[in-house]
Amino acid sequence: MFRLKLVSSTPSLNFLKYMPVSGVSSIAAVLVSIGLFFIVGLNLGIDFRGGILIEAQSETPADIGGVRGDLENLGLGDISIQSFGSDRDVLIRVQRQEGDERAQLQAIEKITNALGGAYDIRRTEFVGPTVGAELAEKGMLAVACALFAIMIYIWFRFEWQFSIAAFLALTHDVLTTIGLFALTGFEFNLATLAAILTIAGYSINDTVVVFDRVRENLRKYKSWEQPKILNKSLNETLSRTVMTSVTTAIALIAIILFGGAVLRDFALAMLWGVTIGTYSSIFIAVGLLSRFDLKRNDDEDNQIPTPEYER
Amino acid sequence: MLQFETWKKAIVLLLVAAGMLYAAPNLFSRGDNSGGTAFMPGQAINLGLDLQGGSHLLLQADLSAVVAERMVSVSENLRLTLRAEKIRFRSLKADTDSVGFALRGNETDDATNAQIDSILTDLGRDFDVVRSGQTFAIRFNEAGLQNLANQTVEQAIEIIRRRLDPDGTKEPVIQRQGRDRILVQLPGVDDPERIKRLIGRTARLTFQLVDMRSTAQEARNSGRVPPGSVLLESAEEGGQEYIVEKRVMVSGELLENASAGFDQNSRPAVNFQLNAEGARRFGRVTGENIGRPFAIVLDGKVVSAPVIQSQIFGSGQITGNFNVSETNELALILRAGALPAPLIILEERSVGPGLGADSIAAGQIAAMVGLALVIIYMVLSYGLFGVFADIALMVNIVLILGALSALQATLTLPGIAGIVLTMGMAVDANVLVFERIREELRGGRRVAQAIEAGYSRALSTIIDSNLTTLFAALFLFVFGSGPIKGFAVTLSLGIATSMFTALMVTRLLIVVWVNAKRPKKLEL
Repeated sequence: MFRLKLVSSTPSLNFLKYMPVSGVSSIAAVLVSIGLFFIVGLNLGIDFRGGILIEAQSETPADIGGVRGDLENLGLGDISIQSFGSDRDVLIRVQRQEGDERAQLQAIEKITNALGGAYDIRRTEFVGPTVGAELAEKGMLAVACALFAIMIYIWFRFEWQFSIAAFLALTHDVLTTIGLFALTGFEFNLATLAAILTIAGYSINDTVVVFDRVRENLRKYKSWEQPKILNKSLNETLSRTVMTSVTTAIALIAIILFGGAVLRDFALAMLWGVTIGTYSSIFIAVGLLSRFDLKRNDDEDNQIPTPEYER
Repeated sequence: MLQFETWKKAIVLLLVAAGMLYAAPNLFSRGDNSGGTAFMPGQAINLGLDLQGGSHLLLQADLSAVVAERMVSVSENLRLTLRAEKIRFRSLKADTDSVGFALRGNETDDATNAQIDSILTDLGRDFDVVRSGQTFAIRFNEAGLQNLANQTVEQAIEIIRRRLDPDGTKEPVIQRQGRDRILVQLPGVDDPERIKRLIGRTARLTFQLVDMRSTAQEARNSGRVPPGSVLLESAEEGGQEYIVEKRVMVSGELLENASAGFDQNSRPAVNFQLNAEGARRFGRVTGENIGRPFAIVLDGKVVSAPVIQSQIFGSGQITGNFNVSETNELALILRAGALPAPLIILEERSVGPGLGADSIAAGQIAAMVGLALVIIYMVLSYGLFGVFADIALMVNIVLILGALSALQATLTLPGIAGIVLTMGMAVDANVLVFERIREELRGGRRVAQAIEAGYSRALSTIIDSNLTTLFAALFLFVFGSGPIKGFAVTLSLGIATSMFTALMVTRLLIVVWVNAKRPKKLEL
């Protein structure tokens, strides 16, 4: 019977051979990401920076040049106007206005008046400077707390070496995703932050599956050398890793193609996350594990249940 | 023979049936969600504002304005009391957050001190008084500020409700957040600007006599306003300024009703009726001042200043440069009453109903396509077991929808993304089990044993990996706001239901199949 198999049933790839290469390139990627973050910076959306976002739709294809001309005369400072989704939709972003919250509201009114009857205002978002700063603070707190909670859980369920390896792998995922956003200039907003947390969740899911197998094999093959065990564990879980990555990617591609413009950026960030998460589970998490001398003796409480017929 | 206890079967079937029951209302047309109680089936999923359209506004009550106002009234009261008690003082002044004054002379006798103490104690517990030598400073203490915030915000919420939902039909969410913030969520609004106009105005209405001793022009030139009067600008841009007596004849609290209408030149105007107390006062002042203009002042600006033609009692008319919708809004605001403090809009997210409907449509298509692709991919990869996993996947989606309906959680656009994403990740638990079964088969086990071992060995992995993902979702929920919270909800529900479907539903299907067919070989 036909079976679609992206990975052979019993792969025997030598992952550990690539660890030096992947280690160096990952460290480089993280450093470059940090550099990009500080030098280029993120293209922060209004969620964090404060400002105004208006989505408008016209009956006929939108005249972006005309809209730009009209709005630039309002003297609201930096205005970005782009087509969004279909050619009838325009997305207008206006920088945070000088002055307090009232000044921002006046700007919204000016814009809606300037657009006039030709455009239907589909969405108005306005974030004042106070709330923007709070959202940014809360967001960073959320990511930090999630990473630490995951680290502590892994420490509790496995050994400290596993927890450090998982934490560093996750940090790698988060930092390189931020680096990618700095590099491409894609807007970094609340949805992106949600994507990053989901990436962390997905990536740790992957890592835990591999770790589980490593732990099991450490007990099973007591006489084997550690690198051999790590390699075997990676090969045994490879088929599942690929399978899950592909199904998740399929779902994400469906969102990218059909889910509408609002979700597209989110799904794109997630797709990147699935890729980097899969990579980091194999090369960073297990790569770091290979640097430690792992404990082999059975931990009674973490025993995998033995099926009845083997007792 | 594989075991699957009857009670487990019963639980699986019960849960699936419950899921279907709760999810069912979503198949039908989306009517109003109001009927029934939260835990009765029959309610469709609560759609977030980004899907059904509506406005989300985060407001802040400007407490500093209220504090400043209270300081003025405290200083006025003190002035009267100190005079009445014949205590000599100087430089009594209200600041934005404090009142200060000093006693004349270098020393005060004990009797006077006792008098002052009792006057200051009478101010109430909300204030702290600091005395250094002969000078006094009075300001709100922490508890006093908290009381003020509580009063102001609660009153503001009441007024906002009356302004936004005068008929009580729209079910807006109006909640206090933190010390001085108010969250307003109003579903199904097509004109968010109107909402902002309705709550953006304090709407403090007063009638004050125009001071005829001087003209606004003279006051501007000399920079002096006659004592007891103030210079007020016009509500119209570039309109005439007026010198108006500080004394208020009648204020908005004495209004009984207000409605939009027209004046004798058929220009839009607002008609108002005063209550008995208001009518009495207004009648007295207008009777004494026939021929003089009085100013209708709204939020510190003069709307108009008609000349009193004859004594006016219970009702009158506010004319100005209005159009019909403005008079409608003004009448509504006046009926609802003045806000205790100006409200500052900190955050706004408004989505028109058209965009919401488009988002739902796009989300549905994405979900269908995603589902179809995952289903095909699973069948191609695992054959019949893939079909089992696909059935479980569909049950999973029904359960998520059922749980969302039952909990009356809010489905947002990112929430839909969460569901689509869970479809991708939901098969993971099955994949773990199937891959494990494959390994056991390759290890030479017989079919039933391989399945048994596959499940029991994959179990701890499944629990560990899902729990860690749940952590991330939990933090999204705690720290996220609005739509993002919706994403965290569907993601968490998806993780929970996918563990259930993978471990129970597929297992049930496989056990039933294996026991019926008793296959010697398993093609997986």
